[in-house]
Amino acid sequence: MGEVIVITSGKGGVGKTTTAANIGTGLSMAGNKVILIDADIGLRNLDVVMGLENRIVYDLVNVVEKGCRLQQALIKDKRNENLFLLPAAQTRDKAAVDQDQMKELCSELKKDFDYIIIDCPAGIEQGFKNAVAGADCGIVVTTPEVSAVRDADRVIGILEASGLSNHRLIINRIRADMVKKGDMMDVEDIIEILAVKLLGIIPDDEKIIVSTNRGEPIIANDTISGRAFKNICRRISGEEVPLLDLHEKDNIFAKLRKFIRSG
Amino acid sequence: MSFMDLVKALLNKNPDSKEVAKERLRFVLVHDRTSISPEFLDKVKEEIIEVISRYMEIDKEATEVNFHKGEKTAMLEANLAVKEIKREVKS
Repeated sequence: MGEVIVITSGKGGVGKTTTAANIGTGLSMAGNKVILIDADIGLRNLDVVMGLENRIVYDLVNVVEKGCRLQQALIKDKRNENLFLLPAAQTRDKAAVDQDQMKELCSELKKDFDYIIIDCPAGIEQGFKNAVAGADCGIVVTTPEVSAVRDADRVIGILEASGLSNHRLIINRIRADMVKKGDMMDVEDIIEILAVKLLGIIPDDEKIIVSTNRGEPIIANDTISGRAFKNICRRISGEEVPLLDLHEKDNIFAKLRKFIRSG
Repeated sequence: MSFMDLVKALLNKNPDSKEVAKERLRFVLVHDRTSISPEFLDKVKEEIIEVISRYMEIDKEATEVNFHKGEKTAMLEANLAVKEIKREVKS
């Protein structure tokens, strides 16, 4: 029986889609059968981040409305045999799929896939509620900014109210240099304020933009953010993995201190 | 307070912007987490009146239900204007 994970954030532009693409790719690279669902109906994006935009024939709405079979709508990934994308409809609105339909689709997919990763639209309105309806757990993505953390808090509150209590947080776009100077909230601050479990941290990395330009998730490359996503995937699979050290240029004493603290 | 914070305080420098962010965020979240929508409050008011009306005649227009939140406490305040106490329940 597979697990349905919804990637959400409240605020737009914090990296939900990139996170979904990388987690999906990472989990499939580790040998799992994975399906990515783009639930952002009307603002389809996961296909371009995955580099699969030219292969779309049918979409999520076609499947739900039984305009095609599920198998016809699934797009196989370029690089990974056991990774599939179910794209969003681009010409419909958020109301095209309702909560019951989403639940039904998820329970159907659970039979065939190890992980069902849902990329949720921004906001907390109907589109969000529909995307979340079939999920077993949620991953909340935020950045170290007041507005993004505030929205994450709101989303966590709504997830809890709808019975999803096992959600975890990813903090994206951390800049170690700014944290060091005291100009960016650090991981501990955000975790304390939100009172939520941490799933992982991702540095602010230009290479993510480059990889998105190419439509190739960064997780396949051996870069610091690629490693960050790999760690996240391992934690999703239940492994205990220590947090990535973003201050790679730190001196030996700082590293030692961090090691002692994490141990 | 860490040693660096102490040094900064002694030098009378502006606080780090991350400290400002944390403070503002904490404040805003206290507010967000205890916010109640006007519709919800209207419903509460309606049901309070419904219950109390079994015993007293309430002036709905003059009745007010408000919600106050502070840093650590929250208070629901209901001011019900009583027109008359119903005779059958007086004893």
